[in-house]
Amino acid sequence: MRHTISVLVTNEFGVLSRISGLFSGRGFNIESLSVAETLDPRISRMTIVTSGDEKVLEQINKQLNKLISVIKVYDFTGEEHIERELAMIKVSANQENRAEILSVVDIFRARIVDVSPRSYTVEITGDNEKIAAITELLRPFGIKEIVRTGRIAMARTPKQR
Amino acid sequence: MKKNGALIFLECLKKEGVDTIFGFPGGVVLPIYDELYDFDLNHILVRHEQGAVHMADGYSRATGRPGVVLVTSGPGATNTVTGIATAYMDSIPVVVFTGQVPTALIGNDAFQEADIVGITRPCTKHNYLVKDIKDLPRIIKEAFYIATTGRPGPVLVDLPKDVLTAEAEYKYPEKVHIDSYQPNYTGHPGQIKKAVDFILKSKRPVIYAGGGVVLSNAAPELKALAEKLKLPATTTLMGLGGFPGTHPLFMGMLGMHGTYAANMAVMNTDCLIAIGARFDDRVTGKIDEFAPYAGIVHIDIDPTSISKNVKVDIPIVGDVKSVLKDLLKLIPAQKVREFKKTLEPWHSQVRQWEETHRLSYKQEPKGKIKPQYVIERLYAATKGDAIITTEVGQNQMWAAQFFKYDKPRTFISSGGLGTMGFGFPAAIGAQVAMPKKTVIGIAGDGSFQMNIQELATAVQYKLPVKIAILNNMVLGMVRQWQEFFYDKRYSHTCISVAPDFVKLAEAYGAVGLRAKTPEEVDGVIKEALAVKDRPVIMDFRIDQFEPVLPMVPAGQPLNKMLLV
Repeated sequence: MRHTISVLVTNEFGVLSRISGLFSGRGFNIESLSVAETLDPRISRMTIVTSGDEKVLEQINKQLNKLISVIKVYDFTGEEHIERELAMIKVSANQENRAEILSVVDIFRARIVDVSPRSYTVEITGDNEKIAAITELLRPFGIKEIVRTGRIAMARTPKQR
Repeated sequence: MKKNGALIFLECLKKEGVDTIFGFPGGVVLPIYDELYDFDLNHILVRHEQGAVHMADGYSRATGRPGVVLVTSGPGATNTVTGIATAYMDSIPVVVFTGQVPTALIGNDAFQEADIVGITRPCTKHNYLVKDIKDLPRIIKEAFYIATTGRPGPVLVDLPKDVLTAEAEYKYPEKVHIDSYQPNYTGHPGQIKKAVDFILKSKRPVIYAGGGVVLSNAAPELKALAEKLKLPATTTLMGLGGFPGTHPLFMGMLGMHGTYAANMAVMNTDCLIAIGARFDDRVTGKIDEFAPYAGIVHIDIDPTSISKNVKVDIPIVGDVKSVLKDLLKLIPAQKVREFKKTLEPWHSQVRQWEETHRLSYKQEPKGKIKPQYVIERLYAATKGDAIITTEVGQNQMWAAQFFKYDKPRTFISSGGLGTMGFGFPAAIGAQVAMPKKTVIGIAGDGSFQMNIQELATAVQYKLPVKIAILNNMVLGMVRQWQEFFYDKRYSHTCISVAPDFVKLAEAYGAVGLRAKTPEEVDGVIKEALAVKDRPVIMDFRIDQFEPVLPMVPAGQPLNKMLLV
């Protein structure tokens, strides 16, 4: 099963490799990872998407907590939360299909962020499914390039994490 | 007053109560060695950096205090890696200080540069690169704090040369506080109560104690628990000495080379009380069939140990000593008598297992020397009052089986990583810590040669370490596996081309003794024990074909032991 985990870590050099080294050394998966500073500049948040059975997830959680640089680990599984990713998709465009592409972009509330004579660059934010869906619809026009961020997540409850 | 980083470093060590460091100098740590020239701190000059870490490790295992290492950058640092990994696997508090090239050169492939912080990240509890002299005292304080608290372990601190030569106002922090590191010592009272109730309901309980008992200095509490409820006890290799080896409730070690009684008891128990142990594969055998009838209570300070290999029914996260103290208090006095009575059939069953298959060997008076005989004679000659270190392999298992360890910190061995070459430098470290104590390194001819250069260190500091080489001219444990499981195809396990260990000892300025027949054994031991001012090598020429038994073949359940 897939899990989205939020890890608060001290913001110092080498922390990323402590975390990624833990995952690779113990044979855990990382499907995506995103890192940025929190409101407190001494602390960073890592959002990690991983998968495994209950036993593996229990170990991931405990092993992360064991690292000296880790302040808090939070698994969003089973809790109401919002997940977002951002993707930029460069799609081939010509006189005939420009309008059609624009209507797809519209439907998904995406945006065109760059235009060239032969392409559009689309920016889309959403959960995993939404990005997969627009990718499918744009594919027939010819996707030249796609760049995606890792997933980030936030609990719906007002609690401070 | 301003001081340079090198002097601040040494003063911080003093503040931490460090009396001895094990080290080897080099380019970038020269500022420290220069300050050390007239600084009051005992420095043991090793002959290889791996030896330094094993010595610090042995020092720590013998005393409970952290061991300290100082080496230079690059190769000096990389040579410490095996020692650090050894300490990490056995949770030993060792603080390793490595020199580093000046901060401006880091990343430039400078002379003797190695990314030691990167290299040791997975085998240290934590590590640091000091980038600014302002942080130096705090980081040293944190390093010792992290190494010695919670589940102990090695910490590495990398010291760039410019940090050592920079100057700053020196003030050692009185307190240490790390937001993200707050080890928990007290066990959950509800869980402890549950464990007591569960134990008192059991009919066939067994204590399975590991190195955590030794690390947490909980041997008295463990003994009190076993005696109070009359619980049969076994220990892991790392737990030897954590429970008295001569105690009537002690069944011997369990696992791959454990006793028949201990393994059978674990396979038949309905209540396994795991204390400071981590269900290593050498202990459990085939994991799916381990302790099939048991409800498991597991006391450990490290939450990751719990339910990692084996599902635990009653986990208690906390320091073994503290949890056992609380547990003892919760045992209702009025139930003890009744409970002990219900255990009688279980005790007679255990006794029967003990009597059917004792650890045994046969020493023919005119035959070749049996290694077990050597260990038993060492035990007799010292009356058990010695610190024993081991190498890894057959020598280690015989030392575990045939010497009786009544006190904690008297058996020192690389259990987790299984590092050949550990035992001799560890013996030196233990001897440095306890100059008056008899320290005996039980070795194989293979392992001993892996850190043989430290003979010079032992001679230089007049350390009367005794090395008993069980010399069978083969890599015995590997050879044993080849005999049992690889059709006697003895691929590359014969090491009969070896130095004459007696002459070698003499060449180093140590004492060399040899026994070729059983009747020479006692004489050699007696002569060795009388030497007080230099190391002694005892070369026991043993029976090459003696295997370690019993043996649970890898991947088999514990009750499938090869006995003869």
